[in-house]
Amino acid sequence: MTEELTHPNIPVPEDLKGTVTLATWEKFYNWCRARSVWPMFFGLACCAFEMIAMATSRFDFARFGMEVMRASPRQADLMIVAGTVTKKMAPQVVRLYNQMAEPRYVVSMGACANGGGPFKEGYSVVSGIDKLIPVDVYVPGCPPTPQALIHGFVTLHKMIENTKYKDMKWYHNRGQGEEFAIPVLGPDLFDPRQNPLIQSEAAKTSVATNDSE
Amino acid sequence: MNEQVAESEGVQLDAAVGSVEQACQALREAFPGKVRPDEREGYEGVIVDADALVSAALLLRDELGFRYLSSVTGVDYANDGLLESVYHAYGAESGALVFKVQVDRGNPEVPSLVSVWPSANFQERESYDMYGIRYAGHPNLQRILTWEGFAGHPMRKDWREPYYEEDHKPFKTRHPDGGVFRAEDRTPFGRNVQYPPGFDPEKWEDTAQSSVYEGLMREVKEGGLQTECITINVGPQHPSTHGVLRVVVVLDGEEVVDLMPVLGYLHRNHEKIGERCTFPQIIPYTDRLDYVCSMSNGLGYVLAVEKLVGVQPPERAEYIRVIMAELTRIVNHLMAIGFLWNDVGAYFTPVIYAFNERELILDLFEMVSGSRMMCNYMRVGGVFEDLPTGWMEKAQALVFDRLPRFVDEFHRLLTENEIWRSRSMGVGILPAEQAVAMGATGPLLRASGVPYDIRRVEPYSIYDRFDFDVVVRHNADVYDRFLVRMEEMRQSLRILRQAMSQIPAGPVQTGKKNWTIKAPAGEVYHRIEAPKGELGFYLVSDGGSNPWRYHVRSTSMINLTPLAEMCRGHKVADVVVILGSIDITLGEVDR
Ligand code: SF4
Repeated sequence: MTEELTHPNIPVPEDLKGTVTLATWEKFYNWCRARSVWPMFFGLACCAFEMIAMATSRFDFARFGMEVMRASPRQADLMIVAGTVTKKMAPQVVRLYNQMAEPRYVVSMGACANGGGPFKEGYSVVSGIDKLIPVDVYVPGCPPTPQALIHGFVTLHKMIENTKYKDMKWYHNRGQGEEFAIPVLGPDLFDPRQNPLIQSEAAKTSVATNDSE
Repeated sequence: MNEQVAESEGVQLDAAVGSVEQACQALREAFPGKVRPDEREGYEGVIVDADALVSAALLLRDELGFRYLSSVTGVDYANDGLLESVYHAYGAESGALVFKVQVDRGNPEVPSLVSVWPSANFQERESYDMYGIRYAGHPNLQRILTWEGFAGHPMRKDWREPYYEEDHKPFKTRHPDGGVFRAEDRTPFGRNVQYPPGFDPEKWEDTAQSSVYEGLMREVKEGGLQTECITINVGPQHPSTHGVLRVVVVLDGEEVVDLMPVLGYLHRNHEKIGERCTFPQIIPYTDRLDYVCSMSNGLGYVLAVEKLVGVQPPERAEYIRVIMAELTRIVNHLMAIGFLWNDVGAYFTPVIYAFNERELILDLFEMVSGSRMMCNYMRVGGVFEDLPTGWMEKAQALVFDRLPRFVDEFHRLLTENEIWRSRSMGVGILPAEQAVAMGATGPLLRASGVPYDIRRVEPYSIYDRFDFDVVVRHNADVYDRFLVRMEEMRQSLRILRQAMSQIPAGPVQTGKKNWTIKAPAGEVYHRIEAPKGELGFYLVSDGGSNPWRYHVRSTSMINLTPLAEMCRGHKVADVVVILGSIDITLGEVDR
């Protein structure tokens, strides 16, 4: 374990190897963070079942220091978007994300969260959660097997370990995260960021063919 | 436990007076000129005039013994300018009596049947939401799967989704040349959205939330301390493990005054997509309905299609299907019990036990189908592939040895637990009468003392060949629902042991495998006893290769109807427990 951290250019005296490690603070800090990611207890659809399977004995994500699942976004570091994000659910997902404190990460689990999946063509499914909030790791599959999800976590851990101070915006502004626009349930879901576009498109009236009832 | 299984006892649904044909006859005689037989090719039942509907329904329920209304749904016959509201009612031992009301597409109004059969409540709302049929007299006719304010009624044939390409698959853009593109690139917004002409987002008033609270009861108390009721939302994000269900609860102190489930947070357009697909293309989508029980969903669907096109699967396939369906039932009940225990506070310990066994069964599913959860294994006229070598040995070791021991162990660990008993006994009572009226099915109904199991009353596939008991309990509370599920796992094992010993060799598919099937015009309703209750598929074919109407009678959604009834007067902490005892999967509730 200590070898993992030790800086390649700083030699540790032979008799202290295994007990002492010399690392940069940045590396040590990230190393700790990567091993204590607390996921939010949050499932949307079928994928959530494989997420739970991943938490139980056979796959056991306690091995990665992740077994503390928090139902409250305030206490969680990682949002696993496990399942289909429907339009009706989308405002809640964004709100939950906004409520998480930095540093926060998002793993998008399964075809649905990645891009709409088998239900993409339907009228009430968001074509991928990355349209609304930033995603760090995408895990493919329908549903991804627990192994695949674990691979996603390992990828996330690597990502966390390789972060640089200067890129950690939240580190400099005391954990203040960016607020993302919460979409609104109108005649169809709309994202306030798109308002001008929607207005200009709606002005070109002739397009719609639906009955207006 | 065996002495608790009593098949002959228990409240019976009244036996229907005579057959379905006689009932249709009686209806026609009672309402001359207003009830006529449905004479379209391939259709059955009667068409009732809207103004005679409620009295006809009362006659059916009270005189003719059709006390259980299974399914209500709409169909859009756009070419004839008609919307149809379709009902399937059952007596204790009768088949389905189908009756329909046809209304003009321009002004669709049908009297509500909620006062006759409360089970119509959510289903009428769904039909209103999807087709715009207004059910006059419905106590709370609001949108249920989409939200108040949503533009249009999406299941209508002329309503098109933003990513619309063609009415039927396979789409020409992809087949046969295999074109690839991103649907996002074809809409101006780069997203799956569309807006009515002239829509201005800045001026939009969001009513989707406020309208939810209308129709909730607030008790006015006489005398005593006047306290104010508060309304809280449980969900859609909530630590109980039942998915994105939202329940609005009105509380007086800690006591539940009224409650309403708010659905639609996992509405994935199953039916609209289904109507675009060819018949076999729907099979993988059924896996994602009740995602705990993909095998039995598939079974229900292919049985419906087989009934429509008239194919018979070979013997071996029948056995394989039963084996898969019963293994699924065990998985489901394991999950149901595990999560129910989560809800009373035994956070994840029973679940971990349950998941261990589930993993072993999923291994079996993975061996036959290549996927753990979304098996896509059933086929019209058979199953996807024969059992691989070594499968049967593995499965037999489970079914004959490990699982029976596990069920006993689970029973020993849980059933007598003091805390569990005090949390569940006498909680969430649902009397038999109400259970039937509200359309409860499955373990929920059987725990209320009604021995109604479709495998027994209307055997499908080859269930008539096996020896098993219909598990009934009589206290109608959470504890009994738990016991029913425990015992049903044993009964499933019993069926599995018989099926595994009797299974013959032979082919597993009638005819050759096809990705498209042409079905004759007509309608069909087929229901199975899925682990959660009655799962029905209603198909209308216009003679083409994809269904004109594809409807899923969702067990989980209809089983939610009595939730408010069961919770009133209990503490708020019991709401989650009662919900857990119903056993729902949101994928199926919202589809
Ligand atoms: S990706 Fe597949 S398994 Fe996951 S939520 Fe979507 S449909 Fe379900």
